[in-house]
Amino acid sequence: MKFFTNKLKISAWLLFVTTGIFVLGTGIVYAGDPNGSQTYSDSIAGLKFSVNFIWTLLGAFLVFIMQAGFAFLGGFLRQKNMLSYMAHCFIDSTFGAMVFYFFGFGLMFGGSKLAPGLEDGNAWIGSDGFMLLGNSYDVQTIMFWLFQMVFATKTVSIIAGAVAERLKFGAYLIYSFLMCGLIYPIYGHWVWGGGWLSTIPFGAGVKDFAGCACVHTIGGVMAFVGAWALGPRKGKYNPDGSPNAIPGHNIAYMVIGTLILAFGWFGFNAGSTLAATDLRISVIAANTFIAAAAGATVMLFLTWGMTGYIDVPYLCNGALAGLVAITAPCAYVAPWASVVIGVIAALIMRGSIWLVEVKMKVDDPLGAVAVHAANGMWGMLAVGFFADGTYGGVSGLITGSGWQLLAQFIGTVVALAWAFAWGCGVFYIIRYHMGVRVSDLVEFEGIDIHVHGSPCYPVEEGLVSISGEVVEEQKEMDREQLTILEKAISNDATREKIYSEKLGRWVYALVKPSKKK
Amino acid sequence: MKKIEAIIRPEKFNIVRDALTELGYPGMTVTEVKGHGSQKGISEVWRGRRYRVDLLSKIKVEITVQDADVEKIVNTIINEAQTGSIGDGKIFVFNVENVYRIRTKESGDTAV
Repeated sequence: MKFFTNKLKISAWLLFVTTGIFVLGTGIVYAGDPNGSQTYSDSIAGLKFSVNFIWTLLGAFLVFIMQAGFAFLGGFLRQKNMLSYMAHCFIDSTFGAMVFYFFGFGLMFGGSKLAPGLEDGNAWIGSDGFMLLGNSYDVQTIMFWLFQMVFATKTVSIIAGAVAERLKFGAYLIYSFLMCGLIYPIYGHWVWGGGWLSTIPFGAGVKDFAGCACVHTIGGVMAFVGAWALGPRKGKYNPDGSPNAIPGHNIAYMVIGTLILAFGWFGFNAGSTLAATDLRISVIAANTFIAAAAGATVMLFLTWGMTGYIDVPYLCNGALAGLVAITAPCAYVAPWASVVIGVIAALIMRGSIWLVEVKMKVDDPLGAVAVHAANGMWGMLAVGFFADGTYGGVSGLITGSGWQLLAQFIGTVVALAWAFAWGCGVFYIIRYHMGVRVSDLVEFEGIDIHVHGSPCYPVEEGLVSISGEVVEEQKEMDREQLTILEKAISNDATREKIYSEKLGRWVYALVKPSKKK
Repeated sequence: MKKIEAIIRPEKFNIVRDALTELGYPGMTVTEVKGHGSQKGISEVWRGRRYRVDLLSKIKVEITVQDADVEKIVNTIINEAQTGSIGDGKIFVFNVENVYRIRTKESGDTAV
């Protein structure tokens, strides 16, 4: 009987949804070009369209695979929180895409007139192309949407690394919604959607080719505020303020993740021309990789010289720093300038990690702030320094004009202020209303089993005896015991800390330091 | 000589070790173990289906000490590892017949 009613319910829902779509569909006049027959023609112009379509879609697919790279960077975290980080990356890709579909895209590109159906909007905010309805149901617009959607979901994922291991899931969902729906689209509109920053009368306006400010500065600064509002992980800082190392659980994942990100970055940067007929793409792709290689090389010799070891996590961060910094200048600079940008990016990354971890005492497990925020800003300014005027009419300081640098500076400061203001608003409001941080017990035992119900790497089958549904009484008893345990663990955290001469560090243990011997 | 075998919560291990280091102990062997006593496992979820993991992760600490130090070490472990919730673990104390140090061939109390 239950089986039958379920089927009935599902059929009713399906009927309801299809009728809804039908009613909605017939109410709309197709002014766009949903099947592409008007966009395509057998002439050379038509073939150009086809080539550019392939290029942009290929770029979008490459950027999509970067999410796997982000997920693999979870090797920087401890095993007990891996699934939680994976879940954050995954919901960015899926839930974030939904939010961007419903209104992010409309706010960002309405009024940009970059594709059919994006007419309405002003210098501050766009208001056309929501849900890809009406005129924006068009092959060009939807191709453009796909490319922009994968960008938006990458921006959201930047922060997942900084707030990992201690953020409540609900808080992440709220943040993810706001980031994809408002924060990223509105700033993006100012720079890419024909907004006021792209038309300021200095140089060629703010030029952010593939998103140093829009993607990395916004994401990185939000990450900084998020990690700041959350506070450090347990055991990260001693009472005297010196930081401890919390090693990750899988360096192999970090290396794989970095390589996947570098691969996807070719689509991120070179795909941003949105046209394969724009042959600058070869220069862009080469510049992208040169900066990454330069960043990694600098870190190779720097870590070797400073610590005596070749520190692979730092090499990975160095390559990512180079990639982030070249994101805005990749189209406007010559390869020699990419080397300079990559080298400086790695040094900035190393300096920022020290600044954030030691001086500001903000715990950022993946180094998202140092890699994305600091280098996003450096990349924006690098356009003003190194653009050589051969592409897009952007001339930097090396051609003798400082106006572009001023425009870039304004763009960067606006991005910084915008993200910082939103970050403080979002995270501090959540903090005082529902709390941003998981309980001490959950942090000790790992978010995976408490929030997601299962560890990321379950134990071997032989050790788990599976015994069906949980008995209700047992559940009641479990809850009681859990409360006692939670209280006991919270008490541990409030204990007075003692400096242990023997260990050379601060300990939370109850005993007084021994005077004997 | 006695061997102290303590089975404790993994989340309490760091605190216990810090306390023991302060107190001083000859050496320890630590094993990650699975098992259960009165605590009847935890429930986990796999694609919507709840299941019960009967064997829980614990840490087993083994320390061999001279007779006089047993009480001190046991009390420290109890103080640090206690939360009051079911599943805090147990401590077993065994007699040890002899101890040899492989490096120097010493035996007895000096080898502990």
